[in-house]
Amino acid sequence: MSTVLLPPRHYLNDGYGVRSWLLTRDHKRIALLYLAGVTFFFFIGGAMAVLIRLELATPPGDLVTDETYNKLFTMHGVMMVFFFLIPVIPSVLGNFLVPIMIGAKDLAFPKINLLSWYIYVVGGLFTLYALISGGLDTGWTFYTPFSTVASTTNVIPAALGIFITGFSSILTGLNFIVTIHRMRAPGMTWFRMPLFLWSTYATSLINVLGTPVIAITILLVAAERVFHFGFFNPAVGGDPVLFQHLFWFYSHPAVYIMVLPAMGVVSELVAAGCRKPVFGYSFVAFASLAIAVLGFLVWGHHMFVAGESVYSALIFSILSFLVAIPSAVKVFNWTATMYQGAVSWETPMLYAYGFIGLFTIGGLTGLFLAAIGVDVHVTDTYFIIAHFHYIMVGGTIMGYLGGLHYWWPKMSGRLYNEGLAKLSAGIIFIGFNLTFFPQFVVGYLGMPRRYHAYPPEFQVLNVLSSAGASILGVGYLIPMVYLMWSLRYGRLAGSNPWGAVGLEWTTSSPPPTENFTETPRVTWDAYEYPASVETDVA
Amino acid sequence: MLPEAAHHHPAGLAHQFDNLEQQKEAATLGMWAFLTTEILFFGGLFMVYTVYRSSYPDAFAAASHELVVWAGTVNTAVLITSSLTMALAVHAAQLGQRRLLIVFLLLTMALGCVFLGIKAFEYYTEFVERHIPGLNYDFEPKYFRNAQLFFSLYFLMTGLHALHMIIGLGIMAFMLWWSVRGVITAEYYIPIEISGLYWHFVDIVWIFLFPLLYLIGRHAH
Ligand SMILES: [Cu+2]
Repeated sequence: MSTVLLPPRHYLNDGYGVRSWLLTRDHKRIALLYLAGVTFFFFIGGAMAVLIRLELATPPGDLVTDETYNKLFTMHGVMMVFFFLIPVIPSVLGNFLVPIMIGAKDLAFPKINLLSWYIYVVGGLFTLYALISGGLDTGWTFYTPFSTVASTTNVIPAALGIFITGFSSILTGLNFIVTIHRMRAPGMTWFRMPLFLWSTYATSLINVLGTPVIAITILLVAAERVFHFGFFNPAVGGDPVLFQHLFWFYSHPAVYIMVLPAMGVVSELVAAGCRKPVFGYSFVAFASLAIAVLGFLVWGHHMFVAGESVYSALIFSILSFLVAIPSAVKVFNWTATMYQGAVSWETPMLYAYGFIGLFTIGGLTGLFLAAIGVDVHVTDTYFIIAHFHYIMVGGTIMGYLGGLHYWWPKMSGRLYNEGLAKLSAGIIFIGFNLTFFPQFVVGYLGMPRRYHAYPPEFQVLNVLSSAGASILGVGYLIPMVYLMWSLRYGRLAGSNPWGAVGLEWTTSSPPPTENFTETPRVTWDAYEYPASVETDVA
Repeated sequence: MLPEAAHHHPAGLAHQFDNLEQQKEAATLGMWAFLTTEILFFGGLFMVYTVYRSSYPDAFAAASHELVVWAGTVNTAVLITSSLTMALAVHAAQLGQRRLLIVFLLLTMALGCVFLGIKAFEYYTEFVERHIPGLNYDFEPKYFRNAQLFFSLYFLMTGLHALHMIIGLGIMAFMLWWSVRGVITAEYYIPIEISGLYWHFVDIVWIFLFPLLYLIGRHAH
């Protein structure tokens, strides 16, 4: 390899002071601001998980009181869901990549982009303050009437924090939608776009359509607490279950806000890791939209035991099964892409393999839960916990880490230590499965969620889970170290260290502030890898 | 980039766009996307309203009867007129008629203030008549419980609508300032147009609120 040099001008050396970061409108710098934010909230949420797993290492509730435990799992859920999983891939990777991948200079609304980061930070710190100063014991789901009438904890400040943060999701989604519609470079047609953009687009639709509903729902809860309005209070004829409808109308699609971007990342990783176009491009693209649309029609599967009528339960059950179709289309198409491809074993690809395996387990156990009979049996047990952690942690975080490793050379201009990266990918995979697989078993045996004590016969499985969590924690810390290290000491990456196609690899690493020296003209489809590579292997 | 485009840099063109046309399309689409979120925001409230209205039709009709219907009617007329002046303001902006634009913006803002004034009078009336749940509330015993739901929804829905009006007035004040300073030209009138979209949207929300809260079932009682 010829010697690579850093470009003389790039977005990282275009101004150094604090102001040049805090007042930046450059989508790439805003992506890094978000990276700092989501990492901060991830480790806060992670610290709560550590305490939860410590408590559950022994059957009696001996480490924390039941009240503290309620606050711990609430804080873990609120932090991870609203301040890490929902923003993470769109805000970090999406912000960095959306304009570059379509050959634009920036997002359509750079000031709004910066504003959404500030909203995110203010909302996050507000919520964090609420959770630390007095705590919140409602769970991240804020179920009424407990949250409106009974709970004496900081419901209103936490609700306001989440309400504020919602605007950051809405504005980011709006920015992406407009950018993808209006800012594509000449020749970049919809069907030449990388699949990451299709999934980001679908995610943005959910952000724009779903987030306002959780906003008004949370406002209703706050209004009920402040003014005693009684929307969900049976004493004046209000219906607590109406809250659940409103809440899950957003919060089920929110699962796809978390996992669709990860699917988009995996499409990119699989294509680059196999040097092949993604099999059935348009199927994968439309599967993203199908998931976004279907995701809005299945919320009732969270209420099979909440007094829902048999008929609506049946319909929600059938619709929930349908979501499996576009999800399976993606999994099969990635697998078909790998078939006879030059599959690589580099770090990003390891995460892609991890994603596909874990998402499949999470998705298939989701089918168990779509079946009403099974769902009634395992509702509010650790089976549910295991299922959605396979989707959210096994899916979203695997996709995020894979994408972060894949694009890190582009973002920083430098390569990380591949050996350490592979090692930590392995540790994360093992730690993850050890943490959450036993929870499927213990949940099926009947251990309920949200209790700080449990019968002694569940201890072996819980100790396995706690041991896995500590391995997982180590796995998450190692990338922090070598990625930071690479910023200073890593070898220079050059513009295209993976030999991948895609506009982001045609510009320098790190890219210049306006992304390209001149507006690209696109005359090729996504993932046009030279056919020779493929035939060599076959 | 085309060399002529690189040389001609119109006022108001942001660096990420190639030309004003692209910027205008982006801004308009952005506002429509934002209004879509607004529809779903109010949509949640309309859903809650629909559920409780169908559960407690008699209590809702009785409570609805207590509202000051003439005030609501006048306000509807005021808002529709303000939509007209807003549309005329956009038209004046497109033609570059600055004085006319300023006049219509001022008229729109004045009508917005009239609306809020009448709304404040209504809230005061409701307070005097003890229709505010949790604060100052009393109602005929038969509907005492369920009418609270109506009044809660009434205050939340009209309150959020009024908040949108206040934000709209802020936007209009900003647009007025830009118009006076000459930022708005026949070439660069996008800000007026998308502010107008917002204003019309807030009006349309009221067009739905008025019959739902003031009119339905009024005569049944
Ligand atoms: Cu769900």
